[in-house]
Order: sequence, then structure tokens, then C-alpha cells
Amino acid sequence: MDETCVTPDLQGIPQPRVSESRRIFKVMFSRWVVIIGAVIILLLILTAIFAPLLTPYEPNKVKLEDSLQQPSSQHLLGTDLYGRDVLTRILYGSRIAIIVGVVAVTASGAFGMFLGLLAGYFGGWVETIIMRITDALMALPPLVLMLAIAVMLGGGVPTVLLALGVALMPTYSRLMCGQVLAAKENDYVMAAKVVGAGNIRVMFRHLVPNVFPPLLVLITLDLGFAILTEASLSFLGIGINPPTATWGAMVSDGQRYLLTHPVLSFTPGLAIVLVVLGFNLVGDGLRDALDPRLRGRI
Amino acid sequence: MASFIVRRLIQAVIVIFLVTIISFLLLHIIPGDPVIRVLGMHASQAQVAQLRHELGLDMPIYMQYGNWILNLFHGDFGKSFIYHEDVAKLILERFPVTFYLTFLALTISTIIGIMAGVISGVKRGTFIDSFITLFANIGVAVPTFWLGLLGIYLFGLQLGWLPVEGWTSPLDDFWQSTRQVIMPVAALAVPNIAIVARQTRSSMLETIHQDYIRTATSKGLAQNVVFYKHALRNALIPVVTLLGVTVAFLIGGEVLTETVFNIPGIGRLLVRAALDNDYLIVQGIILIVGVIVVFTNLFVDITYGWIDPRIRYR
Repeated sequence: MDETCVTPDLQGIPQPRVSESRRIFKVMFSRWVVIIGAVIILLLILTAIFAPLLTPYEPNKVKLEDSLQQPSSQHLLGTDLYGRDVLTRILYGSRIAIIVGVVAVTASGAFGMFLGLLAGYFGGWVETIIMRITDALMALPPLVLMLAIAVMLGGGVPTVLLALGVALMPTYSRLMCGQVLAAKENDYVMAAKVVGAGNIRVMFRHLVPNVFPPLLVLITLDLGFAILTEASLSFLGIGINPPTATWGAMVSDGQRYLLTHPVLSFTPGLAIVLVVLGFNLVGDGLRDALDPRLRGRI
Repeated sequence: MASFIVRRLIQAVIVIFLVTIISFLLLHIIPGDPVIRVLGMHASQAQVAQLRHELGLDMPIYMQYGNWILNLFHGDFGKSFIYHEDVAKLILERFPVTFYLTFLALTISTIIGIMAGVISGVKRGTFIDSFITLFANIGVAVPTFWLGLLGIYLFGLQLGWLPVEGWTSPLDDFWQSTRQVIMPVAALAVPNIAIVARQTRSSMLETIHQDYIRTATSKGLAQNVVFYKHALRNALIPVVTLLGVTVAFLIGGEVLTETVFNIPGIGRLLVRAALDNDYLIVQGIILIVGVIVVFTNLFVDITYGWIDPRIRYR
């Protein structure tokens, strides 16, 4: 098919896409809570990248003579049982949080959306099979499902990623399926088919860009949820193996010294709250900016 | 109505069937041998072969699944490797504890969450709305286990008002039991209050802008009647529809709370079993939790199909 005969000449015509994304950006960041969320996420990313420059200590270096020190000018948040600097471990813990969040959400999002796209586009038995499996997966609480997968594979980063991926996936296929079901009745889909676009082209060139906005919101919110859930698994001692610094495991390790050294459990927990809050604030801002029904009502 | 119920029942049965397949496959397509994990690396060939035979792991996979299902119908979930007891018995003993906590947390969080969401939605833009929204945002982000530890530190260790762990049946000693469940139930409920409040608020905002609300207002009804009789009822539909998701969420939280507060429920059993590779317990719990959630969804759908004809004919 000759591309030029279906692509109109856009010279001189204002391009709606660009101004639309600029408008969304403006609406989003007109609220200070969204800016706070974005700053938190930015700080998280910077911390993860520059962790070694921010602290003179190493996260996993055992120094027993420094065991369980209270916060001081040398160790701002004190040290843990093995004499490791708590602040350093919190800073390095941001790396695991980001890796787990981004990889798990990207993988489960891509796979889940693909299944939802197939189900919504083709309908019939394809939809029935995919959506019933989705229902079954959604009937299991993510944490319970993840515990089972962790039993199957043992701990470690790949297990946590896979478990999170499976647990998060069904939400994407369900949302995508609903979106596609509604969108495929639109004239532009018919138009694309009339000019000879095949199924794959209709799905990926026409449907996906049009139904993507709500999924983007889900992705943002899920980044926070993934970090929270990874922390829960690590807290239970089933997630990422020690001595890697993860916030959940740090809270768990600090439990035993709650009375004498509450800072050991409190501060990594605070890091989790802040980061998850950051993603939620940005996700909410994004949803409000994208949802036409909410426009002007925030 | 009858055909709607039948259709939903069939769907629920199919989903439960898929849950059995998932819980079976999860623990049978194991890279590495579950038997070796149970017996340890140094087990002899003969020991391994014998346990494999006892567990029926030497049969083809579809026969293993068939046997497992047949046994389930007889109430036989298999025998735990670690506790040397029937899995069904282990789960049944602990079920009332988890049920009690979940029920309390569900009731409390639904009531408070809906109230907070309605106030926040009706009084949009006021100080109280900002306050509730802030609380809801933080509540969703707080890890249950950390909230539990904060409670233990403050109310248990520092103030000494509440016991820091343990479980007493409310039938044995109601006062002691209540003192012990306050913190776990609060830790379970807070994130859920936040979720319900957020949903109710946005649903309320959406409903308030519908045509029938404008009609009700313009025909001169009092603002309160419009909000609480016309708007609230409709706004609650999406909130209550998510009851199944809420129950699943609370059971997930149960895993953490029971571990933090050392409560002998299903959640702690699951964690222990997962740490010990006691996979029959894990399998049994997945199945039971799945069935509970599917039936909650079924119950919600049928109730709504009964109340709201639009849902029945969809």
C-alpha cells in the first residue's frame, strides 16, 4: 500500500498530539501535590544512580566493632547488628526498589496488555479463554500468589520479578480488553480496515495509541505498588536474598531491636512510604489530566 | 433473573476450575524436585524414590491432577511434610482466626472509608477534603507490616496500653481478645480505609455531575436529600462491586499482620509453609482463598443483578 495516499499533508495544520501532551503536562503540574510526587521520584532516581557518591560507607561491609550504634554525626541513622551504616543501606536500597518496580511493571504491563489486546480485538473464544484465566489470577491476592511462586523458585531478584509480573499482569489484560472492546467500534478502526490495514496494523498502529492513556495511569500507580509488594516479600524473608540492601528486609531485621533502636525499622519504612506516595501522587495527577470527564473539576 | 444467576454460577465454577489448575501447576512445574527440597540434598536415592511414590509424583501429571481433585472432593488436601498432619485440618483450625480479623477489618474500613469518601466528595475543595485526601494518599502508600511495627512501638512498648502480640479467642476471653486484635485490625484496615475513601470520593464526584442529580436539585429538593438519597446510592455501586478485590486485598494483608503480631491464622501458616517448602499447605491455602474471593464476587454480582436490572441484562 502506498503510504502517501492515506497520509494527509499536515503542513500548516496544527498538530493536535503535541499540543495535547503539552496541555496534559500543564494540567498535571499545575497542582503542587503532583510536583511533590515528581520531586520524590526524581530524588529516588538520582539516589539510585549516585548512591556511592552520597555516602563514604559500603552497604554490605560488616564491621562488628561498630555494631548497633545509635545515630551520631558519623552514622546519621546509626548502624545495624553487623555495623553497617543504616543510611547507606537505605540509599542503596533505592536501586533494588527501582529495578524491581520498573522491570516487573514493564514486563507484566507489556504481556498483560498484549493479552488484553488479543482478547478485546478478536472477542469470541479468544476473549473467553484469556479473560477467564485473568479472573482466576485476580481471585488470588498478589502476595499469596507471589509466596507460591517464591516457594517454587526460591528467593532472589529473578523470582521476585517473575512473581510480581504474574501478580500484576491480570489488571492490565482486563483494563486493556475493556478499552479495546469499546474503541474497536470507532469509525477510525473501520476506516483503517477499509483502506486495507491488516489486524496487526489496526491493533498496534490504530488501537494501542488510542487506548493507552488509562493504561499509563495504571503503570504509574503500579510502580509504587510493585515497590510496596517487593518490600512485603522481603519483609517476610522470601524475597531478595541478604546481604543485598532492601527496605523490606531492613524493616524486618530491625524488628528485634525495636525498643532500643527503633530507627533501624522506622527509617527504611519511611523510605517505602515516601516513594510509593510519590508514584501515587504522580499517577493520580496523570489520571486527572487525562480523564476528560474530570477536566476543570479538580 | 434465574438465567442470570445460572450464567454467573457457571462462570464462577469455570474460574474455580482454573484456580485449581493454577494452584496445581504452580507447584508442579517446579524446576528441581520438591522431594529433594523436602528431604534435603543428602537424601538417598531410595528415600527420594519412596517419597515420590508416596506423594504420587511418579505418575503422569494429568493423573496427579485428577487424583488431587478427587481427594479434594473427599476433603483430603494431603499431608503436611513439616507438621505431619492433614493440611485440611491445619487450615480449618486457623481459619476462624483469619476470618474474624478480616471480617472486623472489612466492616470497619468499609464504614469509615465510605463516610470519609462521601464527606470528602460533598465538601470538595474544603479543608476537610484536603485532610481526608492527604490521609488517603498516605494510607495507600503505607506498608501494613511497618504500620504494625509503629503500633507495637507506640502503643505496646512505649505507652504499654496494648499487648504487642498474640491471640486469644473472643469466646474464651472477650476483653483480652479485643485488646489483642485492636492493633492488627487497625494495621489491616488503614490501607483499606484509604482505598475505599478514594473510590467513594471519585465515584461521588462523578455521580454529582449526572443529569438526574441536576434534575433533583432543580426541582427544589434539599441539598442533603439530593446528596445522600439520590447521589450516594448510585455512587456506592462501583465501591461495593469491588468487594471481591477488597477481600483479596485484606487476605493479602493478613499474611503480613499475622506475621508481625504472631497470630496463629492462615496467613502465618502460609508464610511458614512457604519458608519450609511445605507445598501442599501452600496449594491448599491458594485454593481456599481463591474460592472465597470467587464466591464473594458471585455474591456481589447476584445481589446487584437483583437490585439493578441494567447489570442483569448486560
